[in-house]
Amino acid sequence: MSILVNSETRLIVQGLTGREGRFHAEQMLAYGTNIVAGVTPGKGGQEVLDVPIFNSVAEAKQATQANASIIYVPARFAADAILEAADAGLDLVVCITEGVPILDMIAVRAYLDQTHTHLIGPNCPGVITPGEAKVGIMPGHIHMPGPVGIMSRSGTLTYEAVAALTALGIGQTTVVGIGGDPIIGTKFIDVLRLFEADPATRHVVMIGEIGGTDEEMAAEFIAHYMKTPVTAFIAGQTAPAGKRMGHAGAIISGGKGTAAEKIKALEAAGAPVASHPGEIAEMVARRL
Amino acid sequence: MKLHEFQAKRIFAQHGVPIPKGEVATSAVYAREIAQRLGLPVVIKSQVLVGGRGKAGGVKLARTADEAQALADQILGMSIKGYTVKRVLVDQGVDIQDEIYLGMVVDRARRRVVMMASAEGGIDIEEVAATMPEAIKTVTIDPFLGLKSYQAIGIASSIGIPQNQFRNFTQIAFGLYKAFMATDAELAEINPLVVTAEGTLLAVDGKMVLDDNGLYRHPDLEEMRDLDEEAPSEIEARINGLSYVKLDGEIGCMVNGAGLAMATMDIVKHYGGSPANFLDIGGGAKSEKVAAALRIILSDPNVKAVLLNIFGGITRCDEVARGILAALDEVKPDVPMVARLVGTNEKEGRALLATADMITATTLAEAAQKAVAAAHNELA
Repeated sequence: MSILVNSETRLIVQGLTGREGRFHAEQMLAYGTNIVAGVTPGKGGQEVLDVPIFNSVAEAKQATQANASIIYVPARFAADAILEAADAGLDLVVCITEGVPILDMIAVRAYLDQTHTHLIGPNCPGVITPGEAKVGIMPGHIHMPGPVGIMSRSGTLTYEAVAALTALGIGQTTVVGIGGDPIIGTKFIDVLRLFEADPATRHVVMIGEIGGTDEEMAAEFIAHYMKTPVTAFIAGQTAPAGKRMGHAGAIISGGKGTAAEKIKALEAAGAPVASHPGEIAEMVARRL
Repeated sequence: MKLHEFQAKRIFAQHGVPIPKGEVATSAVYAREIAQRLGLPVVIKSQVLVGGRGKAGGVKLARTADEAQALADQILGMSIKGYTVKRVLVDQGVDIQDEIYLGMVVDRARRRVVMMASAEGGIDIEEVAATMPEAIKTVTIDPFLGLKSYQAIGIASSIGIPQNQFRNFTQIAFGLYKAFMATDAELAEINPLVVTAEGTLLAVDGKMVLDDNGLYRHPDLEEMRDLDEEAPSEIEARINGLSYVKLDGEIGCMVNGAGLAMATMDIVKHYGGSPANFLDIGGGAKSEKVAAALRIILSDPNVKAVLLNIFGGITRCDEVARGILAALDEVKPDVPMVARLVGTNEKEGRALLATADMITATTLAEAAQKAVAAAHNELA
């Protein structure tokens, strides 16, 4: 078992004809992801990487029974692309694009409340269920199937944790990069709920960072509802207040969102927090 | 992007928020002229992008033209929290009867824009939020409906605005709302919103922070960016597409990915060092980018060692290594460099770096320990 993506995933790539979209589509195909269509307005009827291109998500879905999409369009078109995918009734939309304006995302998130669509991202590396489907930009080869579910606000830091687990022979059910923006489609708490309901996930790793209060909300959820053990890591213990650390959402403002607060909340909720990334895999190995 | 007070207030005024008459001066003589034109008294206000200007002596009341010139002369060139005052705003004096706080911000937990108000003006809203949350009235704005009149009136009533000022207050609340939405703001504050002795409302101080990701829609606002308020190294980083934040430590960090870059700083601290910066070179890591990153890190005289931490995913380590070698050729650093390359094609990458004069490591912990030792001259 797994969450969000698996071998049944029938994927549309929005922006497949662009440089980024094409490069990563090639990597996803090589991993074995079932890409059934691409969407680029005005390029319908073409084929790229032997994948048929459609003018709209609705047309692509009707022709291919797609149930998910991944978005590689420029930031100014990303909100529209997400809404189009949700409007077409897809179950899952993964938005890789970085730089989507906050006010766009507030409206998108509010619209999604009226649909059943799961949005992952924006500004995220995507979702992978090892051995089944890679819907994102992560290096597939560092993953292996196994019992640990991982969720994270960052990209390379997650790869670091995944590679260390795999090196110890510990595989993953699903790895979800939820994204580094202030307003994202799916929060830690939503992913925790999915992992808790997945019988194959026997341990959860949560990789958070400074900014916002999503980790504190997750801690609250862990304390009350999680039977599956959680091991955590929080990046940014040395980050100064008021400065954005790369990710749009990684900023301590008004004394809120510090690593210390998050670590305290998680430890109080019974989720031990690794003191550096190298420790995450060792802790999971001990606790599994 | 932060805006200066005078910029924020101009935007508020464009959307129907009444502000005091005022003009910006870069010289004391011109400040005097403005004071004479506006009529006295005037307030001389330093324009720097930090809070606490008043406490630092950067805001003063002048009752005569001579005094306006003398105070402007005193404030111009003054340093406030490390920022040199290059401009003052000369505003007409206001007879203050009462001060209110009115602001808007993106509330991440609610995933909505909220409007907040408090009967206590001129305060630090974050402090009030922490100590007396009940003193703040907050309304959540629906993205599809926008601010509604009943919400504005609800705020006015709950913070004790006189009933005969409800209409004026509502106009100001809507003006602030329109200014916020029209500029892709993250934060907009009128603090204080003043009730004058004549009983009218006036936005005496203003603050705005804009969403950098929304600036492409507002080239006119991008032009308001004050390059004087950014460190030269931060400007160079922005131009080169790098995320860079200068810190006070002695170990320069170059990392791919924001989360990993933060974790790298943390582990340096964990092993007894202190990071000189946050720097994310992003994906790809072409040699020009790596060279720019190295130049920026080494421009900081405190840097005693550099730690390169690269996790090759889709980006191949050999590619990054070539980028590093080309950059070393160009920049020629004179401090020890510790490199840790893992992931795709790591063997090839390390073999390439073996030709350079670099300390190598396989784990992040080992790399951090070696960098700390190198910075402290303790390497065996």
